[in-house]
Amino acid sequence: MKLDIKNENGSAVAKLSGEIDHHNAKELRAELDRFIVTAQPKELTMDLGGITFMDSSGIGLIMGRCRLMKECGGRLEVRDPQPYIRRVLKLSGIERIVKIR
Amino acid sequence: MEVINEIKFTMPSLSVNEGAARAVVSSFLVQCDPTVEELSDIRTAVSEAVTNAVVHGYRNGRGNIGLTVRLLPDRVIYIRVKDKGCGIPDIEKAMEPLFTTAPEEERSGLGFSVMQSFMDKVTVRSAPDKGTTVTMRKRLSAHD
Repeated sequence: MKLDIKNENGSAVAKLSGEIDHHNAKELRAELDRFIVTAQPKELTMDLGGITFMDSSGIGLIMGRCRLMKECGGRLEVRDPQPYIRRVLKLSGIERIVKIR
Repeated sequence: MEVINEIKFTMPSLSVNEGAARAVVSSFLVQCDPTVEELSDIRTAVSEAVTNAVVHGYRNGRGNIGLTVRLLPDRVIYIRVKDKGCGIPDIEKAMEPLFTTAPEEERSGLGFSVMQSFMDKVTVRSAPDKGTTVTMRKRLSAHD
């Protein structure tokens, strides 16, 4: 699991790679929250292009970050999920609250 | 039940074993040459069932999780995930989409929904203080 965050003028991209399950979601959550709270970006994009596996733990991770971004006055987007990860996203109905590109 | 091949795997309820369970299932499925989508569906369903055992079944301590994977006739994959944890008092409620008893851990309450969507059949047997057994079946597409 790898997380690489780039922040330019309040627009941040968090590039995730590897697998998102309950085991490694904890670490990702802590790292993303630390960044959101300290950097306070206006926009945060979670780039899932490098994610090779995700179960419903990923839904919890995205929903939680969406909530925190809103509380901090910002907005969350998700981009480039693989087709099989898109199916998990679709099943959850998360597309109603988070934009998925 | 006629069984063509089978593996049984026991692991302690450590979250790191969620990935180990997926790896075991992936290795077993190689012999069936599933499509990328079928493999992903089964891996995801197994991950959900094992995570439930880790997070909910053994919420009060550590125990063992048993994983059985079988290849049955007609390319049917049978999976059983068994724990001897705290059990589920109300199975119907637990299977409702978005129902979770662990919101503080950001559990989305979608585990059973994912299993039901990605597998053909999901059965849950559980009794308080006895444990939970989830069995799932999926028929792989015909081979050329």
